[in-house]
Amino acid sequence: MSPLHAVRDAAIAAFVALAVALPIVGVRTVDTGAVLGVDFRLDWVAAIVATVFLGRLCVLLWMGRRERAPRQAGMLETTALGWLALIGRFLAYGIMGFALILPMMSFADRYVVDTATQVLIYVMLGWGLNVVVGLAGLLDLGYVAFYAVGAYSYALLAQNFGLNFWQCLPLAGLFAAFFGILLGFPVLRLRGDYLAIVTLGFGEMIRIILNNWASFTGGPNGLTSIPRPSFFGLEFSRSAPEGEQTFHQFFGLEYSTLHRLVFMYYLILILAFLTSWAVGRMRKLPVGRAWEALREDEIACQSLGINRTMTKLTAFAIGASFGGFAGSFFATRQGFISPESFTFIESATILAIVVLGGMGSQVGVVLAATVLVLLPEVFRDLAHYRMMVFGLAMVLIMIWRPKGFIGARVPSIRLADFRRPAA
Amino acid sequence: MEYFLQQAINGLTLGAVYGLIAIGYTMVYGIIGMINFAHGEVYMIGSFIAVILLALLGAWGFPPSLAILLIVLLAAIPFTSAFGWAIERVAYRPLRGSFRLAPLISAIGMSIFLQNLVQFLQGARNKPVPTALPGGFTLMEAASGFTVQVRWLQIVVVAMTVILMVGLTLLIQRTSFGRAQRACEQDMKMAMLLGIDVNATIARTFVLGAALAGIAGVMVAYYYNVVHFYDGFLAGLKAFTAAVLGGIGSVPGAMLGGLLIGLIEALWSAYFSIEYKDVAVFSVLVLVLIFRPTGILGRPEIEKV
Repeated sequence: MSPLHAVRDAAIAAFVALAVALPIVGVRTVDTGAVLGVDFRLDWVAAIVATVFLGRLCVLLWMGRRERAPRQAGMLETTALGWLALIGRFLAYGIMGFALILPMMSFADRYVVDTATQVLIYVMLGWGLNVVVGLAGLLDLGYVAFYAVGAYSYALLAQNFGLNFWQCLPLAGLFAAFFGILLGFPVLRLRGDYLAIVTLGFGEMIRIILNNWASFTGGPNGLTSIPRPSFFGLEFSRSAPEGEQTFHQFFGLEYSTLHRLVFMYYLILILAFLTSWAVGRMRKLPVGRAWEALREDEIACQSLGINRTMTKLTAFAIGASFGGFAGSFFATRQGFISPESFTFIESATILAIVVLGGMGSQVGVVLAATVLVLLPEVFRDLAHYRMMVFGLAMVLIMIWRPKGFIGARVPSIRLADFRRPAA
Repeated sequence: MEYFLQQAINGLTLGAVYGLIAIGYTMVYGIIGMINFAHGEVYMIGSFIAVILLALLGAWGFPPSLAILLIVLLAAIPFTSAFGWAIERVAYRPLRGSFRLAPLISAIGMSIFLQNLVQFLQGARNKPVPTALPGGFTLMEAASGFTVQVRWLQIVVVAMTVILMVGLTLLIQRTSFGRAQRACEQDMKMAMLLGIDVNATIARTFVLGAALAGIAGVMVAYYYNVVHFYDGFLAGLKAFTAAVLGGIGSVPGAMLGGLLIGLIEALWSAYFSIEYKDVAVFSVLVLVLIFRPTGILGRPEIEKV
């Protein structure tokens, strides 16, 4: 592209930037009694327009120079793929080891352990959703519904029937799976994007019902004082009720609130490992193979006699039950839940984790969850920009790596190497 | 009966707005097969531009009147169009040809970004919109004393929608842009081979959709007299539902779906419970998809091996 064209192109970009920025950025409405007053920020508009113009110009000139060097591809990439798989495996063990010793590190204070727990919740949710999106190839935009079902079933069972965390956990998973089937049954005949929007609607429906059915779910106020889990019957509190011991008394430790946090951390770590292990195993079962086959080619699957509906339903139910487990953990960790925690933005975040992680890659999910949870944490001081940066990062990461951080789709089974007959 | 009529009028007004937004979804889906998730935000930005322009004009000493109303409506179109173009250029075009979920994620990111951008720039509180064009006329009066009111604004909204629909139909049927757009919809590769600038056509489709959404946003700002940065999400979701209900890819279908969704919402709120009106809308969507997955006016999609 000649410099003249580049300047013209950049000018067009700057003009659009002007149109975009002029009203929304340039004029700020201020509440002054009954009528809105206005306040000008034209310097901001000028800065935006100048940045866009210069940025576009630089990109164009730089790209123009690069266009002439064609990229070498082909053989190189296959070997790189093998290396990537190897690195991925080491990375997986490295991350696992690091996760195990994290709370014992010297820098692991309350904040670090708490944030790591947060990351692990998303890792687990990501792995759960991965079954639906990554393996079975069904786009689910309402995954948060199952998370909510898990959280509310634990809270309600614990409060109304006095069941403890370990009794509730399988029940919560079961309930979530039931909801997965309930949703899945009517909609699984639909194609990808329809499915996406129906699941999104389903997620919203669950949230609206939770918000309005006040006598059952507490409505917008949510449910409070949800019981905390105990360590084999040992409570994590300063003092135990009559005739019982607390955790720190039993082990003869000084009381510290960190104990509970560390316990929570290991709890979700175990749950997450279980999820990963279960999913890994399921991929090797006939049903897991069927999921992946279905993702690749639905018609071929049908002609091979795979029951499409049942296969999709199992993926939905199993993905949902992991969401349910994570939900009940969330409820017990927070001690308080309300419909506020289960908005669409959660579904979007979880889906973003799966997609950024590279659809089907377990290590990728861990990386993506870490990035997406830490990103808002890092920008915590800039509370106003937090979600803005989050949204922008989603766009930019997608443009930079459309296939996710670990984008190589490695088939989980391949034919044994066959030799070409010698000529 | 009078009560029903009143709710039907309100529902149709609401439905016209949903229809206008739904057209943007359906055209974009028809041409590149993606859900433009940020479309609801363009509608919200349209509302905000109305607020800003009205405040600006108010500060310069123009009280709201029908003329000002129309000027704001026209002035908002280029701004929202610029948003539509910029969104497509920045978030979707670089991802063309990559796998199916990538543009969707990018769109969700864009939606989150725009929502929070507007919140950051204009504040999180509800913005009041001055009442323009108050009053209306009484259509009929029941024996019980219940009157069926039609607001002037409702007439403006419906009339505007009809004009836009006629214009859009002409644009798609008669102009070279319309032909190019239909060609891209049928077979993008073939259209490219025949010398149609596919990128420009897609960009124009986005601009057109954004202009319609912007108009819808401005009219809703007048109609409800209040604007909030989170308005785009639910309205966008319902408009998408409308597009699916009418048969995605079909422009008349989107309008029809919008009107139906508006009616369902208004009637459900009137006769059952206002809290569950959104649940009702989504339930209708599910039912339609089960019994008629292609929507009301959609063509069945034939899958070839």
